[in-house]
Amino acid sequence: MRNERVSFTFDDVPMDAQRGQTVAAALLAGGVSSWRVTRSGTRRRGLFCGIGNCFDCLVDVNDDHAVRACLVPVHDGDRVRTSDSVGYSPEHRA
Amino acid sequence: MVVIGAGMVGAATAAALAASGRRVCVVDRTGPLGGTTAAGEGNILVSDKLPGPELTLALRSIALWREFAAEHGPAAEFEPKGGIVVAHDEQQLAALRDLGSRQAAAGVTVQPLDAGALRQAEPRLSADLAGGALYPQDAQVQPMRAALAYLALARRRGAVVVAGADAIALETTPGLVSALVTSRGRIATAVVVNACGPWSADVARRLGSALPVRPRRGRILVTEPLPVVIRHKVYEADYVSAVASDSAGLQCSAVVEGTASGTVLIGSTRDAAGFSVRPDPAALAEMARRATALFPFLAAVRAIRAYTGFRPASPDHLPIIGADPAIPGLFHATGHEGAGIGLAPATAELITALITGAEPLVDPAPFDPGRFAGHDPPGATFPQVSAWRAEPS
Repeated sequence: MRNERVSFTFDDVPMDAQRGQTVAAALLAGGVSSWRVTRSGTRRRGLFCGIGNCFDCLVDVNDDHAVRACLVPVHDGDRVRTSDSVGYSPEHRA
Repeated sequence: MVVIGAGMVGAATAAALAASGRRVCVVDRTGPLGGTTAAGEGNILVSDKLPGPELTLALRSIALWREFAAEHGPAAEFEPKGGIVVAHDEQQLAALRDLGSRQAAAGVTVQPLDAGALRQAEPRLSADLAGGALYPQDAQVQPMRAALAYLALARRRGAVVVAGADAIALETTPGLVSALVTSRGRIATAVVVNACGPWSADVARRLGSALPVRPRRGRILVTEPLPVVIRHKVYEADYVSAVASDSAGLQCSAVVEGTASGTVLIGSTRDAAGFSVRPDPAALAEMARRATALFPFLAAVRAIRAYTGFRPASPDHLPIIGADPAIPGLFHATGHEGAGIGLAPATAELITALITGAEPLVDPAPFDPGRFAGHDPPGATFPQVSAWRAEPS
């Protein structure tokens, strides 16, 4: 149980993680340190506060748009994607 | 010359004084951006001003902001986005049309919008709104970045900025200012400018004078970062009357705008509560409710934080810019309430003209600090640091 691995994809690249890790932890453990850029497109963002406050680590998980990678546990089969935007747009939850 | 206060007004004043060839020292009890400048939205507005002296100052200030932005716009996140004022019903719309025509006569560009044109200009707005008005001159900056850009400009012109220097007292040699005593030492100077925003009454008292400036509290709610879905600064028509109100009780009207970083800022509240930053979930909920009535999609957007700030309010809602009535060499540049970012460049230009003896471009008389002479100064001693934990819960 302790070392049980789960598989997920990050921008279609297969990765694995320890069950119970957050998406952010899994990405960091897999060598990915940033998964978003600021609106200007020039500054990379990833984990910052790590406790759900800063909204810097937003990522898309399956059909959920702009979730905080630091809070969401990764599940077997999850499709994790970098956001096309910095966050919500009305179309995403219409 | 010494400028007390390294917020937006102090920074712009330092840059203007340095441009006139003066040696300038800016002191701040904490450092740049320790107060109101770091707790606002960065509004540069003509739309919320009634015809009169403040609007005249605002029109001059917008021109100066545009000059500044030509070189420093990106550093300050200057966005000439325009403002849209919306009316919920025909009665509000009629009042808005009346205000608009009076503003237009005073030199403001106003474009009336019917319900259809309103939705075209700002597609996410509720379909229930009666109409509105577009004010293309309204603009926005990131106020902290803007103040730092002005401070950098002042430094390039030779100004020195000293952080952690609290103003303690003035030294005078018969009647004239000769030095400012600070917690970090004495600075010989013949001119001191008090640009301490809502704390300027306390600073005036330390310097042997008095100013009737009080803190008018405001709250801002911040959303998660979004794509560009709100194009203008959008606010309810009753915001103008809330600004002009003398009530100490809580007033709330929706002011909604996007920022360059993607977050949407939702204001606004006004109340008088000293320097208390105690959280008020009911006020935040009311702001969210009103903002969602304007932009229904916001109901699905997460708010990620809120902050509290203090506007420097003067009794007649006009800024206080000019010479102290009692102490030659002491000047004040304060009392802008919620308009300090927008009015800072013209304030700096005006105070510099008054100090250097240049011809002012805007009539200084309505802003003269001497207009309060004979009035009782506020009696309370304001705390120097806001701390809600120090209050009973």
